[in-house]
Amino acid sequence: MSEAKAIIESEAKASIDKDTVEQVAQFGGEHYKYGFTTDVDMDRVENGLSEDIIRFISAKKDEPQWLLDWRLDAYERWLTMEEPEWAHVDYPKIDYQDLCYYAAPKSMEDGPKSLDEVDPELLKTYEKLGIPLIEQEMLAGVRKVAVDAVFDSVSVGTTFRDELAKEGVIFCSFSEAVKEHPDLVQKYLGSVVPKSDNYFTALNSAVFSDGSFVYIPPGVRCPMELSTYFRINEANTGQFERTLVIADKGSYVSYLEGCTAPMRDENQLHAAVVELVALEDAEIKYSTVQNWYPGDADGKGGIYNFVTKRGDCREDRARISWTQVETGSAVTWKYPSCILRGDGSSGEFYSIAISNNLQQVDSGTKMIHLGKNTSSKIISKGISAGRSSNCYRGQVSVHPKAADARNFTQCDSLLIGDKCAAHTVPYIEAKNLSAVLEHEATTSKISDDQLFFCQQRGLDAEEAVALIVNGFCRDVLQNLPMEFAVEAQKLVGISLEGSVG
Amino acid sequence: MSALLEIKQLHAGIPDKPILNGLSLSINPGEVHAIMGPNGSGKSTLSYVLSGKSGYEINGGSMLFDGQELAEMTPEARAIAGLFLAFQYPLEIPGVTNMTFLKTSLNAIRRGRGEDEMDAASFLRLARAKSKALGMDDDMLRRQLNVGFSGGEKKRNEILQMAMLEPKLAILDETDSGLDIDALKTVAEGVNALRSPERGMLVITHYQRLLDFIKPDVVHVMAKGQIVKSGGPELALELEKSGYAEYSGGTEAPAGGREAHA
Ligand SMILES: Nc1ncnc2c1ncn2[C@@H]1O[C@H](COP(=O)(O)OP(=O)(O)OP(=O)(O)O)[C@@H](O)[C@H]1O
Ligand SMILES: [Mg+2]
Repeated sequence: MSEAKAIIESEAKASIDKDTVEQVAQFGGEHYKYGFTTDVDMDRVENGLSEDIIRFISAKKDEPQWLLDWRLDAYERWLTMEEPEWAHVDYPKIDYQDLCYYAAPKSMEDGPKSLDEVDPELLKTYEKLGIPLIEQEMLAGVRKVAVDAVFDSVSVGTTFRDELAKEGVIFCSFSEAVKEHPDLVQKYLGSVVPKSDNYFTALNSAVFSDGSFVYIPPGVRCPMELSTYFRINEANTGQFERTLVIADKGSYVSYLEGCTAPMRDENQLHAAVVELVALEDAEIKYSTVQNWYPGDADGKGGIYNFVTKRGDCREDRARISWTQVETGSAVTWKYPSCILRGDGSSGEFYSIAISNNLQQVDSGTKMIHLGKNTSSKIISKGISAGRSSNCYRGQVSVHPKAADARNFTQCDSLLIGDKCAAHTVPYIEAKNLSAVLEHEATTSKISDDQLFFCQQRGLDAEEAVALIVNGFCRDVLQNLPMEFAVEAQKLVGISLEGSVG
Repeated sequence: MSALLEIKQLHAGIPDKPILNGLSLSINPGEVHAIMGPNGSGKSTLSYVLSGKSGYEINGGSMLFDGQELAEMTPEARAIAGLFLAFQYPLEIPGVTNMTFLKTSLNAIRRGRGEDEMDAASFLRLARAKSKALGMDDDMLRRQLNVGFSGGEKKRNEILQMAMLEPKLAILDETDSGLDIDALKTVAEGVNALRSPERGMLVITHYQRLLDFIKPDVVHVMAKGQIVKSGGPELALELEKSGYAEYSGGTEAPAGGREAHA
């Protein structure tokens, strides 16, 4: 087998001027403004994972037999698999028997018919998070955003459903989709990310609780942004959500997900699966602002974020674009990918990954070129501060039949202080000689002179860092839907608070 | 009249290397002072120590700005108090447009003074007017801060920032070097436009020709970290002729690039 494979590993440790090092201060958890907990009566199953627990979850959701069988099959496979160790992350062994796999507010038991019937405590939670769960009259010029709110294991409610339904757009919780659109779910579930793709997808497939479902009919341009907000609230629970987005021929949708969790001293597991399917001439833009609790300055607590996201450009000229702003989590393991199956299809990955204190990030993408004339673009911006570790891991592979494939990769790292690390691990695999693949990488640091220049113009050190980092991330921030770009810019500043004195 | 800036017997330097050796200087509101002196005599160091760059130690003396001891203030507090430094080597900030930088800076200073931030429309109008006055087109405002700017454009951009921020005391560190003759005139006009009875300026330069356009009230000669001579504008003309030989013991090249021992 002829295979051209290049593995380049470059490690960079900052050699920043002495004074900045002295200025590097630690940032305490108090900067995380989403760290509150909501006090509601919860219905939670006993800790542990077994066939019985899976049957329990499936029964709770009134699922059809085929889905229960699907879950049990995934569980069988998971039992034979090993937790992956290749990522550049280090965390204590997770005891999967010591986790709770289903927790839902009791008030959701009776299945409130509309948002008006939802427990006000829950609605308040989202209000505090700044997420509108009321179909407010929007100001002129501001586009509407439909929201699905997932609280621990269940969806609390979805806004603008009726308005979307008029266009034939389906936007609902995964559980509802199983009931109301079983054919679509059965057809596409696991068709992009097979159950046993990896350890965490097998686990997710066995125990997933809720998530969002989107279907855009042929030729429809979804009239508003769709978004899902995931909130982990309960202690000692895992969140295993499942998102499935299908864009039928010639349709378009822009989708955003946001994530937050309370500050807790113990680590919590989040293992999600997201599948995107774009048919002929369809386009999906998927944006993520991931702000799970990162743990405190000493690395105590925080979310383990082990996520598999993959999009399938299943037919000709389909387009999928991933944009992610990753600021949270103690450990992130995540590679939103594109399978470029259709001829002329294209995939994009725009990423900002920030690590501070003791956070660890191993993230990147895979672009798998299968069809002819496929193109992909990767823009990755990694920012490391504190004692964190930030690794870009990317794969571009071109199948023998993928004539005239093109890829452009730009991978930039920015270091703040001299105790953090940045790694770049690109895998490039071209089995068709017509492929044109470009890779550019840079590593830089914020200089004392730049900081002083900003301070001389009236900015304090933190404002200066936020400004410089936002400039560094500009190419990616520009890709976010306008509604979220401003939010993301602020988040970039907040997550680096305390990185200089 | 109380001085705007009063430096007394200032000793400062980097660890194990004294650079400023008992420097004294006083600037009253409304005055423009010029400092000339050989390379390495400590002119930029003085500007950095005054504006609070880290890495320098202050080993004695005082520097009062508007009655406040600068050494006790953070760099940003000094900027908010009205001290401005036009850098000898302006920095680049990739991805941040000139416009964004100006706005962030102006509003940080306004906030620091307890004033409201300037709204977007007024800011835009102001920035356009000021850049036009300095002969810069709007395109410069949209470009990334100093990235790919020519040497002269960077200097002009420093003056734009000064014009926007309207400081009480502006220190211009070799703003004239790298400017062509037309740019020199425009920049000087920009500086002169800011001259007012309340404002002071400290102009660091190697060349008399800048002082043809910006008429100083006082000219100082700096050597080995001290002010060794002060006088009127005629002192600059003298230096242009005879160089710094008599101040620096003949080891430094004179202004205008002539040999010290001609
Ligand atoms: N951070 C530093 N590290 C080492 N030496 C320094 C540092 N800062 C200043 N110096 C030294 O101090 C002396 C004064 O430097 P400074 O830049 O203030 O001179 P200057 O008068 O501005 O010179 P020029 O006319 O060339 O701009 C020089 O010998 C310089 O090398
Ligand atoms: Mg100098």
